[in-house]
Amino acid sequence: MNVPVLNASGCLDALTAPEVAATLDAFVTKTVTPLPREGNPPPRIAEVDGWMLNSIGLQNPGIEVFSTSVLPRLQDLGVPLWVSVGGFSSSDYKTCCERLDDLDAAQVIELNLSCPNVDEAPETVVELVQASRSATSKPLYAKLSPATPDIAELARSVADAGANGLSLVNTLRGLALDQATLRPRLALGTGGASGPALRPIALACVYACANAVELPIVGIGGVMSGADVIDFIAAGASAVALGTVLFADPLSPARIRDELERARSRGYSSAVEIRRLAHGLAFASRT
Amino acid sequence: MKGQHAVLGSGSSQTQVLGTARRERLTVVDNEAVGPYVLLRLERSGMEPGVPGQFFMLEAPGQLLPRPMSLCLAPPGELAFLLEPIGPGTRALAALAPQERIYVLGPLGNGFDLAVERPVLVAGGIGLAPMPYLSEALGGPPALLGFRSERHAEAARLLPGAEVVVEPRLVTELLPGEPSDILACGPEPMLEAVRELAPSAQLAWEAPMACGYGACYGCVVEVEGRYIRLCIEGPVL
Repeated sequence: MNVPVLNASGCLDALTAPEVAATLDAFVTKTVTPLPREGNPPPRIAEVDGWMLNSIGLQNPGIEVFSTSVLPRLQDLGVPLWVSVGGFSSSDYKTCCERLDDLDAAQVIELNLSCPNVDEAPETVVELVQASRSATSKPLYAKLSPATPDIAELARSVADAGANGLSLVNTLRGLALDQATLRPRLALGTGGASGPALRPIALACVYACANAVELPIVGIGGVMSGADVIDFIAAGASAVALGTVLFADPLSPARIRDELERARSRGYSSAVEIRRLAHGLAFASRT
Repeated sequence: MKGQHAVLGSGSSQTQVLGTARRERLTVVDNEAVGPYVLLRLERSGMEPGVPGQFFMLEAPGQLLPRPMSLCLAPPGELAFLLEPIGPGTRALAALAPQERIYVLGPLGNGFDLAVERPVLVAGGIGLAPMPYLSEALGGPPALLGFRSERHAEAARLLPGAEVVVEPRLVTELLPGEPSDILACGPEPMLEAVRELAPSAQLAWEAPMACGYGACYGCVVEVEGRYIRLCIEGPVL
């Protein structure tokens, strides 16, 4: 079973750890915005009860510097590149997509529509996808928040708006307090919660969206092992992205692939086959 | 990953932070109490000790993320880390028993510049951690240590010959008047005070860190209005 393994956006710097990026099927960049951003003040990370909280705040050099000096260096790594873009209005998304549209190095654009650590755009997720679609012909993956009342309905809407795939899911907003002082442990208070505890939530989103739309899905959320990858494929993902596990173990992509290989010996040979197990025959007959 | 040993990259490019680092599962030799601190001794296996002031990411059993620790001592065949058990991660590390094994990644980051003529080591509290290995590399220069209590000051035995003060006295009171090359590690207010008195001092900073190799952007510190990653640019700045 050949499952593409990516990194979750913001969970690897391919220029400082190219040997790790080289072990991925595609490298997803940290989110880039129209203007440079220094990001949020520290402390930016905390661990609490099996969750990691982060509040980085989209630190990035801006789309112009990214396009002219970062992207060419990434291209030299020889790994397919997905560029994550974000912003604070539909015109921000449009600006980034337009800039990337004629850059061959950017194979896919992932729309970060769900960062819990910065202000949200006033427009709806669907409007942001529409604006992005109008600015580029590149494949667009919509990265959605698990904190969505009806994610299957949202998936249908972003598909109608022109998304070519879904990245499910982003982090959930969380808060950790210092036990001695009861002050928030992160400088800005809340942060995005990730790690294995996010996995069942992400799986539920993938499962629901796989039944709702025909789009390919990148499963993201607490993937720690090959067995977790199989869960995501069974739920309906066609690829997975590694987040928190990369922080704990830069060798995790290779380890997880080895574990997937061993799963083959348990008799799992195709994605369709294991999806049938999770979804029943009705789903399998659609694929 | 095949087996427990893996070399990360070829080290062919200076931009490859993991170029010289390895990730291995090391066996605990012992965990010794040093005052309220703990000296965690691990079998070295194929790991390099690196430059004093560099750090390692230590798997903390039961925790999602590893914890960054600078190397305290590098006796033959071992790597030893001085910990202060104050949170779930450091308590899990302090509770390790001989023969247990943990994954260790390193050495990482930039250590101290050892090309100094008149070195003086300055440390506060757990900032003592990198000093014994640094002292050895520099041939036992003068050292000044400050602790918050007599019990904490018991850890000074890791650096024989050091001058020791206990609060309310501060280690900065001991800084020499004559020109010297200060290499310091300790709590942020102490480092700020050292920098005030000795602007050219080499300072080893600390920050919450998820990865240790530049992936997460979690460990930034502000330098001249920019946020830089301590794991890549530091921890010695």
